[in-house]
Formats: sequence, C-alpha cells, structure tokens
Amino acid sequence: MNTFEYLRPATIAEAVAAAAEPGAAYLAAGTNLVDLMKGGISHPTRLVDINRLPGLDRLEHLPDGGVRIGALVRNADLAHDPVFARRFPAIAEALLSGASAQLRNAATVGGNLMQRTRCAYFYDVASACNKRAPGAGCDARGGENRLHAVLGWSESCIATHPSDFCVPLVALDAVVEIEGRAGRREVALESFHQLPGNTPERDSVLGPGELIVAVRLPPAAAKFAAHARYLKVRDRTSYAFAVVSAAAALEVDGGRIAEARLALGGVAARPWRARAAEKVLAGTRPEAATLRRAAEAALAQARPSGENAFKIELARRIVARALALAAAGTPERVPALPASPFASVAGAAVHA
Amino acid sequence: MSAAAPEPKANMGPPEPRIDGRLKVTGQARYPADVPVSNPLYAYLVTSAIARGRITSFDLGAARGVPGVADILTHENTHGDVKQPKFFADGGYASTSIRPLDSAQIWHDGQIIALVLAETYEAAREAAHRVKVNYVEETPTATFDDAGASTQLAKEARKTHEDPEVGNFDEAFRTAEVKLDEWYSTPTQHHNAMELFATTCAWAGPQLTIYEPSQFVYGLQNGVAEQLGIDPEHIRVVSTFIGGAFGSKGSTTPRTALVAIAARRLGRPVKLVATRDQGFTIATYRAETRHHLRLGAARDGKLVALSHEGWEVTSRPDAYMVSGTDTTSRMYAVPNVATNVSIVHADRNTPGFMRSPPETPYMYALESAMDELAVKLAMDPVELRRTNDTMKEPIKGLPYTSRSLMQCFEEASRTFGWSKRNPQPGSMRDGDWLIGWGCATACYPTHIAPATARVRLTPDGEARVETAAHDIGTGTYTVIGQVVAEKLGLPLEKVAVLLGDSQLPPAPVSGGSNVTASVCTVVAKACDAIRSRLGNPNAAELMDALKRQGAGAIEEYAENVSNGPPPESLPLLYKGAVKMAGGATLKDRIQYAFGAEFVEVRVHALTREIRVPRAVGAFAAGRIMNTRTAHSQLMGGMVWGIASALHEATEIDRRAARYVNDNFADYLVPVNADVNQLDVILVSEEDTKVNPLGIKGLGELGNVGTAAAVANAVFHATGRRVRDLPIRIDALLA
Repeated sequence: MNTFEYLRPATIAEAVAAAAEPGAAYLAAGTNLVDLMKGGISHPTRLVDINRLPGLDRLEHLPDGGVRIGALVRNADLAHDPVFARRFPAIAEALLSGASAQLRNAATVGGNLMQRTRCAYFYDVASACNKRAPGAGCDARGGENRLHAVLGWSESCIATHPSDFCVPLVALDAVVEIEGRAGRREVALESFHQLPGNTPERDSVLGPGELIVAVRLPPAAAKFAAHARYLKVRDRTSYAFAVVSAAAALEVDGGRIAEARLALGGVAARPWRARAAEKVLAGTRPEAATLRRAAEAALAQARPSGENAFKIELARRIVARALALAAAGTPERVPALPASPFASVAGAAVHA
Repeated sequence: MSAAAPEPKANMGPPEPRIDGRLKVTGQARYPADVPVSNPLYAYLVTSAIARGRITSFDLGAARGVPGVADILTHENTHGDVKQPKFFADGGYASTSIRPLDSAQIWHDGQIIALVLAETYEAAREAAHRVKVNYVEETPTATFDDAGASTQLAKEARKTHEDPEVGNFDEAFRTAEVKLDEWYSTPTQHHNAMELFATTCAWAGPQLTIYEPSQFVYGLQNGVAEQLGIDPEHIRVVSTFIGGAFGSKGSTTPRTALVAIAARRLGRPVKLVATRDQGFTIATYRAETRHHLRLGAARDGKLVALSHEGWEVTSRPDAYMVSGTDTTSRMYAVPNVATNVSIVHADRNTPGFMRSPPETPYMYALESAMDELAVKLAMDPVELRRTNDTMKEPIKGLPYTSRSLMQCFEEASRTFGWSKRNPQPGSMRDGDWLIGWGCATACYPTHIAPATARVRLTPDGEARVETAAHDIGTGTYTVIGQVVAEKLGLPLEKVAVLLGDSQLPPAPVSGGSNVTASVCTVVAKACDAIRSRLGNPNAAELMDALKRQGAGAIEEYAENVSNGPPPESLPLLYKGAVKMAGGATLKDRIQYAFGAEFVEVRVHALTREIRVPRAVGAFAAGRIMNTRTAHSQLMGGMVWGIASALHEATEIDRRAARYVNDNFADYLVPVNADVNQLDVILVSEEDTKVNPLGIKGLGELGNVGTAAAVANAVFHATGRRVRDLPIRIDALLA
C-alpha cells in the first residue's frame, strides 16, 4: 500500500521543522486531504498531524476589539459561539451554509483556507490538470466547466476556491497568522490565495513548512454586525458547493451606507474582494438601482472561462440580493437554511 | 397510524412494519459485501482512461512491486477465460456483450482493463494506481450530435420492435385547430444506489458461491455459468439483502465472472467492492433521450393527433432501448397516432434498466407537451386530461382492465388545493419567491411473471416460505410474510421468509414492478394447497387439522404461470430467463397503474434558484398489500422525480466521452432539505383481471410524471418553458 511517515509533533516549532521537508503535508481534520490521498491525487510522503499542537484551538476576543481564531478551531464550534456569531454574523452564516453538520464538526479553520479546488479534472488523475501536474494542460478548458471561474482565471487553470467561510473573512479584512522556520509573518487573507497565472499548482503564498496558526479579524470588522449577510446559491438546498456566493457587510448611518464590504465566492481561485463595488456604495442609500450598479462594478472584469457565462449575471444578482439583505439588517437568528424559501412557508419543517 | 403508515382503505392491507427492519437499523443485516469469507484476497479494478482505441501495453512493474500484491489480471493473461457474454436483450443474461478482459480493444471509458489482487484492499488500490497503461487513442463519440454517432431505427436494430400507430397522423395534425410541436430532452442518469457494486466469489472444489447484490439471483447464476462455461448447478448466488438497486443489479455485469476466475486462479476467495466512480462505467445507466412531440387538438381540447418520436443513446455493440412510445401512444383517447424510436450508437458503456425505464423519459415529454397544449387551449391541465381520458387504448382498441386516473387527479388536486390556482404564469408570488403549480399523469404497466415458492407449516404454528425473490429495499420480505400469515391464520412473526438465494425455488427478476404480483400469487397458491390438503378448514381450525394428521410438517411447492405469460415461460424461469407479460403487450386487454402528481415550486425572483416546498401524489394500483411499504415506495419515487427535474444529470466530457461528475459530491441527488412536504395518497381500486390477488405493483409508478409536474410548475411560476432536464438556474436567468 501507499506508505508514508506519520508524525505528531508536540510543538509548533517541531511541526514546522518536520513539514519543511519535501513531500510533507499537514494533517488537521483531513476532510479533504485524506480523500485526495485515497484517490491518488496527493501523495504526501510525510503527514505532520497538528491536531494536538497546544494553543491552536482557542477563540480569543482581543483587547483592541479584534478577534483571533486558532487554526484548529472547528467550523461548528466557531459558528455556534454566541458572542462570535453576534459580532460576525455573516461569518457564522457562511460556516453554517458549508458542507454538512458532520463535516463542520471536524473541519478546521486552517483547513478551510487550505482546501483544494473541487474541479472534477483536478480529481480525475486520467485528465490533464496543471494544478495537479504542472505543465500537463487543462482539460477543464473546453470541458465540463459550468461551475468554473469567471474572474482571475488564466489559460492554465480555471478552477475556483470552494470555501464559504473565506468569503466574509476576506470582506472583513481578515489576516492570516503564519508560523515558519523564519518566525511568524502575517498575510492579508485577500492576498493569501494565489490567482493561477502560470503557476496554478501554487494555491497560496505558504512556503515549505509554513503553518497557519490563526486567522485574525481586525477591530473594524465588528462594526458591520447590524448589516452583514452571506448569501449562497447552489443547485440543491444544502450540502453543495456554491454556484456563486456573496458576503455583504454594510455600516449604515442615517439611511446611508457609510462603508461597504463585499466579497464573492465560487467565482475565482480566491475569495474575491469586490473593492470597486464597495466604492460605488460608499455614501449612497441602499436602493435597488445603486445595488445593481455596485453589482455591475463587482463583475466588471468578469469573463466566462467556458460554458459559464450565466455565472456572471447570476453573480450580479447575488450581489444585489446580498446587499439588499444586509441593508435590511442582520436577522435576530441566522436562518437554519440560509436563503431557502422554506423559511417563509408556514408550518414547514426546517432542516440544516 | 401516521403519514408513513396510512390507514388502509378498501382493498388495502395493513401497514405492517418491515419484518427485516430491525436487522437493518441495528446493522445485523448482512449485505453481500459484509459476508465474511475465509482468507480472502481483495480485488481492485483498473478501468480504461480512454473511450475508444486499443491498449498497446501494460507496465505492471511498479504495481507488482507493491507489497501484498498477489496477481494482476489483464487481457494478456486472461484472454479467453471468460466466454462471450450474450446481451440480455438478445436472449442472454449480460448487461453488455462486451467480453471482459478479452482483447486490447477499448469500447468505452471506464471499461475494466485489469483486476489487481492483493492481501489488503489498500494494497490492491495502491497497486491499481500504479498500473501504467499505454493506449492508441481514437477520437471517441460521446453522445447525440457528436461526430461518429450512428443512428439506427429501433425496428431495424431489433426485428421484434413495433412503432405503435393508428389512423392518419399527418392529415389529422395538418388540419388540427390547435397544434403543439416541440422538442424535449432528458440527461444521462446513474442509479447511484448507496450500496456499491460488490462481488465476493469463493470456490469449494467445482462449486462456486457468489455473494453479490442482485435483482435476479437465477439470472446471475445462469449468466455467470455461461461466461465461465460451467454447469449452473455448480453456482450458488446469495443476495440476502440489497442496498438499493433501481435496475442496476438486474443483469449480469462483466465484473462477476472476472472475480470468479481470479478466485479460481489463486485458490482463495476474492472480494471486490468497486468504487463509486467505477460504478458509473462497470454497470448500466439511464441513457440520455430526445423527444419530438406533436399534438393536435380541437378547440374543446379533444386530441385529434399525436406523434412521439424518440432517440436514445446506446453503446457501439448493443441495441439497448426503452421505447416508451408503447406507453405514450396509448395514454389518451386520440384517433391518429404516429410513433418512431431510434437508437444512437456512441462510444459508451451499454445503458440499462433504471426505475421506470421507458416511462420516466417518455412520459416526461408527453406530460410536458400536454401542459403546453393546455396553455395553448387556455384550458386547465387537469381538464385536458379529463377530456382525453379513456377506458380503451387507441392503437388496438383494447380495454384497460381498470384505470383510476381521474380519481387520482381529483383526490390529489383536492389535497393540493389546485382550485386556488391562478392559471396566469407569474401571477402567484410570496415576497421574493415566484410560486408555480404544476401537475402531470403518472403511469406504469402492470406485469406478472412466472414464479415458484415452497411453504412449510409445522404443528407448533410456524410457517416458512422459500422463494428466490429479492428485497431490494421495497418490502418484499414483509408482503410475502403477510400473504402466508393471512392465508394460514398465523401471526406475522410466526412466518419466516427466505429470499435472495439461487438454492431457493426460482422467482423472477425484481424489475418491471412485477414481484409483488408474481410472488404473492404463487405463495398464496402454495398456502391454498396446504389448506386444501387439510380439508380447507377455516383459519382458526387450521392448526388443529394439521395436528390431527399427526405429521411433523406439511409442505407445498407451487408454480404459477398465469394472467399473460405463456406456459413455456415457466421452465425458462428455472434457467434464469425472464418472461413477464402485461402492460400493452397482451392480446385482449391493457393493464396499467395510474397516478396524478401535483407540485409547487418556488423560484427566486432575482437569483432564480428553484425549490420544491411541497408535492402531492395520488396513486391507484389495485390491491395494496401494505400501506406502509407502498407509501414509502411512492414517496421515494416522487423524490427521485423531483431529482430528475432539478438535480440529477451525469455530465459527460464531450471530447473524452468520459463521465465527469462521477461521485456523490458532484452528482447531485436531493438531500433532506430539498424535500419538504410530500403527501402520498393511496386511492382504492379493485382489478381482478390482472391477477387473482388484484395486485398491480407500484415500485416504479412514483417517479413517472414527477419531472413533468415540476417543469410545468416552473413554467407557471416564471412563464419560461424549459424542455431540457435538469432545470437549473442557468435556464431561468437570461
């Protein structure tokens, strides 16, 4: 069978040293990596299990008003932390719209950032994929690419990053804390994932052995709590990746948008911050025409990478709808099924 | 009583809980892959990465080097070991005529090209990943419209095929007051039963035991015997529990003979559990179809002309077809009918039966067209069905044995609240959600096949019934037990039911919704014979009569061939051949079960995602043996129908003729959140012409028509008619 080395270091420093070797990979919950190994897509020769590293599973509300989320905090624990969900409702909403309850119980914050694309050609070892085998070509171009990228893609790769969680994080200026052999560094999440260019095999800026230890939200991220939503549209009601999603966060003052934050999911190799749209919104009243103008700005650079032109118009509409939802105010409770019609059907059972 | 266990109405049996339910929910039920065998080797398949061409060489060095690898079978060392399989539709048993590991030729993507055997599953998998295959690749044909696709008329591909027709369609359509002329399509779908395709083979001298989930243990026994060139008497197939089948486990697939020869070659039992993605290519699937529908009607809604032309994809070598025009041409009163079916050969694995094989795609097209016609006529779609309802099929004028279609429409529409519908598309709205209501007819032919059974009664008041029928999750164990309990006056828990073993008396394939009718009939016959031997006492005195005889047990073996199949079909059953009869194939009558389905959809006004908050189906299928299992079957069918409309489609890379979304993350089936309120109404019906017990069978009825009801509801919500399934956001945005 496929043999590999399994290490369970006691400290972060040991972990970083162990993972700096070529062929090493970190193992957290393994909800993606283990499948990749079973399918013959990833072949790590060494797994560095970080699940027992001390101090990485803490959620800290910082004195300056920011919050620091340890890399090993489980998705479900974070989403259901009442203080966190109240301060960052769009993040909780995004977490709860991802995967299934079982996966959310296992999956970690760091692992969510590190998950690979869901491009079917990446998973099919008989297909050409530059992300899996650099230089092999891209069978997704010209293949089945209905759900592929419409922003930031290149001829060498049209895959998307599948995360929900990262979308509101990017909108709220999250920072990734990284530990490496040279010590600790910080990278804005917006710059953490790489666009494919000519090196689609590189998903992120992480170097050999570098470990995500935490994700930090700055104090300003909490000021949107009253007007923050995550809207995910998918081909079935639950347990599916987004066709397109959007996180919208507004600071509303006297009926006007003082500041807007907007990011899109399912459209690019990274969670896509839409700064041009934010500028359009600043200082305006959240009226339908304005929201549509912001949506146009958000997708101004978009172009289809195949038979997915519909995603561009869909993304515009999702942006407009997410902004309208945010403008209407964060609901008292995050709906069990975000964006489901069933919530409005009297007497209907709700499943998550 | 509850929604899941409805109160029986006239001609319905009680909602007995499944007698195998406890075993299943406690994990004690042994599915074939769970059966332990001594010292097994594990098999892992290597499948073709190209769809057309030839293997030029294997490089097995790295694979053989994986510790624990025992052997690797390829055509180079296995050629000739498996005899040429005969395709089931040509009178054989096999799902495909493609001969396993016979030559270097590649017929389709995902074809089995090697079998790796190792001491552990993990070693076999790793070695399989290390098998290097060199090919000469030719450009494959994936589906309709692709270069190299060859179209063949069904009647040329299969001499027995007939395209139903009557009157003069061309003239009637030309002069019709209102006309509809449209095209519809349905995608490739895969069964994706939860249980994977698993086979364990163990030899004891000349005797082979096969543990494999099967819808036809006698068929598999005889099919493998043919492929191995051995006497069927030397093969036993055990398939006690089946984790979903839906048609995919009905015929003999290539893997079984390969596992058998591997086990013989290595002198050890061999266990194979194919992966989810391999299941897409080593078994069958529902092929994509196209339909051209033309309907002509008078202003009052009376149909005057109907033409249904269908096209179905199949593999290069096999002429598989479902030909649902046999049903659609007979559904309504229309005097002028023309039909035509063609098959289109491509470089694909051979398709096969999948729940309601003909009716699901063909009735989708007809029932969509009927809804479009109703719009053109400004007529309520239920009224259009009523106007064209008939007790005689139009092609030969044969009488329906019973047809409660309009009763189903009435009961379902009342429960649904159809009278509150505003027919104007886009007129019903709840906030940001556009509401649409649609309906459609469901139907499925009523079949019966020859069957046999043995029933034994002992003086301590216990009975045991043996028949090689199958419970594919449908409730067969329970309803057979109910027949014995009722006939012999015993409590249900005193009846032991043995199924799924080729050493039991033969029973037909679990397909065509025939099993309840076929097997309950013969089991009742065996029970009646026992009663007769005891002088036909009433149930309360049966045990006393038995004790008076002083026998340790009384046993009866019964055979039944009645109500359609010819007498010669009974001996053929012992050889694993299926000869069922019914539907539109009988000389003196036509027999179908019917239903009516109503669906509400909600479409978001802006982002256009489609959700189904509620659906109501009413069904009449003669004698209902058990309202709980019937309800469950119909509900499952409706859920699948919703899936067909909105979710399920196997995507094919057109360049590579390779399935793309061959996993449960990307092949979407509804999750709990997609199915909200779903009401199943059982409508009372009596029909003793179909068989003595009056059973019509309903396993496949529930998912017929549902997709059309959803599509019709989407039109009502949005004013947009989408004719190509599945209907997704893409089609409603522009």
